[in-house]
Amino acid sequence: MLDVSPHMLSVVPFGIICGAIGIELGFNPYLVYGMSIIIFGGASQIVFLQLLSGGASSLIAVSSVGIINSRHLLYGAVLSEYLDKLSFIKKLLISYIVVDQAFAESAKFFKNNKSEKNLHYHLIGTGATLWICWQIATLSGIILGSFVPEELGLKFTIPLTFIAIVVQDLKKLDHVIVMLVCGISSLLFFNAPLKSYIIISPIIALFVATLILRLKK
Amino acid sequence: MTWLSIIIAGLLTYFTRMAMIALVSREMLSERIKEVLAYVPSAVFPAIIFPAIFINDYGTFVEIHDPKIFASIIAIIVGYFSKNIILTILSGLISYWLLIFFIFN
Repeated sequence: MLDVSPHMLSVVPFGIICGAIGIELGFNPYLVYGMSIIIFGGASQIVFLQLLSGGASSLIAVSSVGIINSRHLLYGAVLSEYLDKLSFIKKLLISYIVVDQAFAESAKFFKNNKSEKNLHYHLIGTGATLWICWQIATLSGIILGSFVPEELGLKFTIPLTFIAIVVQDLKKLDHVIVMLVCGISSLLFFNAPLKSYIIISPIIALFVATLILRLKK
Repeated sequence: MTWLSIIIAGLLTYFTRMAMIALVSREMLSERIKEVLAYVPSAVFPAIIFPAIFINDYGTFVEIHDPKIFASIIAIIVGYFSKNIILTILSGLISYWLLIFFIFN
């Protein structure tokens, strides 16, 4: 829990914004809140509502959510190694709470504590904490609505929280290259359909990572 | 109708989270793949960071002197040396506020 607590600084404002945007776009409050439980993925929830209110078809909105969230496949691949011993049911349950910040903190913890048993409790702690905060934050956003002044630029806390996650890897040149490749690709492909830049750029960056690994040997 | 699409989107999202954890076993991942997977955070998070800094709400590039760029640089420097997540986020946010309220106003 402590490992993810700093992320509340961005998760809470983001959740409030997410709730408030839904109401502002004219959606039913139950629907806006239902998404936080059913989808539970900040950026994809906002995109979903924006697309629907902009007149896009449900098919496009649903596909965009799928593409934005496809990055979780990569998180799962990293975590699967450490969660291998869990029963199938436990794996199914724990999967629900794998979100960006929980993945980032737990993957770091797993790597540093490889030998320990019951590593999954760490992921349950980070994921559940984020889940509760997300629920409270989106609910508050729905209730507060447009009381949150847009001028504060609270959306900016999102890139900041992810900077905080990766900043220590700037010490390693190979990681810096991979980050730059991913970041620049995301700008180049930003206008690709269905927000697919969010999965195109990691794929390009991981391809570069394999090249780097090959060169190192 | 909207509820139905939310449920489908939710199932799809859950599938992306569950697929690799529940359906892939340790033996299926070679050492090579594991080495590549170590780069996942560095290969994914910049796709969230870069557009949020360099592209504005209207989908166009920000100016080179945009306050978000300066504030991000400050956050990176503070984060690099402090190794503290809260300090990183706060230093970025506070410098962003100082910039937009006092300098770019």
